[in-house]
Amino acid sequence: MAAETADRAVGRFRLGKTDRHNLKVGLLFISPWIIGFFAFLAYPLYYTLRISFTRFSGFGEATWIGFDNYERMLSDNLFWKSLYNTLYYTILAVPIGVVVAMVLALAMNQRLREVPFYRGALFLPSVLPIFAVSFIFIALMDPVRGIFNQILGLVGIPSINWFADPRYAKLALVILAQLGAGQIALIFLAGLKGIPLTLYEAAEIDGAGAISKFRNITLPLMTPIILYDVILGLSLGLQAFTQAYVIGAGPAGSVGNPANSTLFYVVYLYLNAFRYSQMGYAAALGWVLFIITFALALAVFRWAQRWVHYETV
Amino acid sequence: MSDITAERPAGLEVRIRGKKLRAQIISRIVLIVVSVAFLFPFYWMVATSLKSSAEMRASPPTLWPHELIWQNFVDAVTTIPFWTFLLNTVIITIFTVIGSIISNPFIAYGFSRINWPGRDKVFYIVLATVFVPFPVLIVALFDIFANLGWINTFLPLVVPFFFGQAFWIFLMRQFLMQIPQEISDAARIDGASELQIFFRVIMPLALPAIGVVGLFAALFAWNDFLGPLIYLQGLENYTLATGLTFFRSQHDVQFNLLMAASTLVMLPVVAMFFLFQRTLVEGITLGSIK
Repeated sequence: MAAETADRAVGRFRLGKTDRHNLKVGLLFISPWIIGFFAFLAYPLYYTLRISFTRFSGFGEATWIGFDNYERMLSDNLFWKSLYNTLYYTILAVPIGVVVAMVLALAMNQRLREVPFYRGALFLPSVLPIFAVSFIFIALMDPVRGIFNQILGLVGIPSINWFADPRYAKLALVILAQLGAGQIALIFLAGLKGIPLTLYEAAEIDGAGAISKFRNITLPLMTPIILYDVILGLSLGLQAFTQAYVIGAGPAGSVGNPANSTLFYVVYLYLNAFRYSQMGYAAALGWVLFIITFALALAVFRWAQRWVHYETV
Repeated sequence: MSDITAERPAGLEVRIRGKKLRAQIISRIVLIVVSVAFLFPFYWMVATSLKSSAEMRASPPTLWPHELIWQNFVDAVTTIPFWTFLLNTVIITIFTVIGSIISNPFIAYGFSRINWPGRDKVFYIVLATVFVPFPVLIVALFDIFANLGWINTFLPLVVPFFFGQAFWIFLMRQFLMQIPQEISDAARIDGASELQIFFRVIMPLALPAIGVVGLFAALFAWNDFLGPLIYLQGLENYTLATGLTFFRSQHDVQFNLLMAASTLVMLPVVAMFFLFQRTLVEGITLGSIK
């Protein structure tokens, strides 16, 4: 302790001996991250920005064209289409996912003996490869060879040609996304387990019903976890690629089928970069995605200040 | 617990118990219905994978195969260059795991067990990097790796994992922070260097967390689609993810064979899941602590 005080007394801008030693050792340990941060994140991000101001095919010289790539987006119908598709998907899939996960978490919190079984069944799809799950949905929702429509028929829903009808293809992707709800449910369940039982007991004595307890105790205390999930879901939703690419794949390597209804933002970015040799435009699309993600996350965060409770019990 | 309930009026107690029972019944119904709905697609995959091509044409489709055609699995791995895709995927997965279980504990150690000035501020940068969407970087990363001559090698997929992943550093750090500081102090007094403390003292204690990171890394590599799609071209370089997708789009692969291949792809993941379910659950819930 005394040595430390003496160290600090050396001067405000000079570190003491212990600090200097710790700094050296600390930086040694995190040095792989520092290298990785610059090599695989900071520099590529800057490099993307630079390419976004050029016309660049991926080979040869890049030509500086200023803001042309960004201006081009404004009049590019496919850009707007892909942005619309992605937002449509995210805005449906994320809130539905929160509700499904919350219902599952509340149900699993009921101290049923067989909860480990449900936990396994509900969590398993979250860890399975999305590309293979997409194959299954192609087979499952096929209007002739699949059985999904037959099941819907039992409750009187008419047959839908899911992956050939532009009105329904995105909806099918929203349904597929719900298979990931089990993972969120487990995160919610961990949160529910952290709520002290005494709060509920006190409310019961005051005569509060189940709905009132949920609205006044459970939900407020769960809001930080819900916010975490919404921000994460938003970011992942905007990046959604695999399921749209696999399910939208058509003859002769085309994607986005039917009628560009599954042309998601990152699919369009991928096409520009690796099919159309429009690296500059793809880079600009990348930066716009970054900005959109950041802006939406910030907006959700701001909005959340009205409903998130940060008091810990 | 029991003394609190004992103080309650008897009528209230009965009412609460009745409500609890109703809540349990409703919960049970919800969980059974959703569990069936979640597992049914995978049942359908296995059922379809065993149907004969003749049965595939049945309308309406049959709910279970009349005759189990195991030959479909043989056909799937022979008509599709399955073994090549599998080998590529296994190699990438192994090196991704190795890189992850070396780098993340090492880096996390620097962010948790050593108290250096500015540490927590730098750690905020680590956390912030989680929010940079990977697709934003693909144009630049492709160009950088192309200049290095790394396209159509596994290096672009594997090498970054030797430099840590923000989320896994975070997970490891959470775990390492829980180990009492006295353990390190005792080793320091004995004259152990920081590297010795890391390898001999802390790492053995951190094995469960290293297991979580290794498991996440394996799942990521096995399931990854966008990475291999960008960096690996040609039938001999595809992974299971890109290979099967490419093969489906080029050849009209029958559903029963596609489902057989999908079953094979999922089998190791399902096995890992049942072996390490507890570890996985701990991993995802640990990561969500605010």
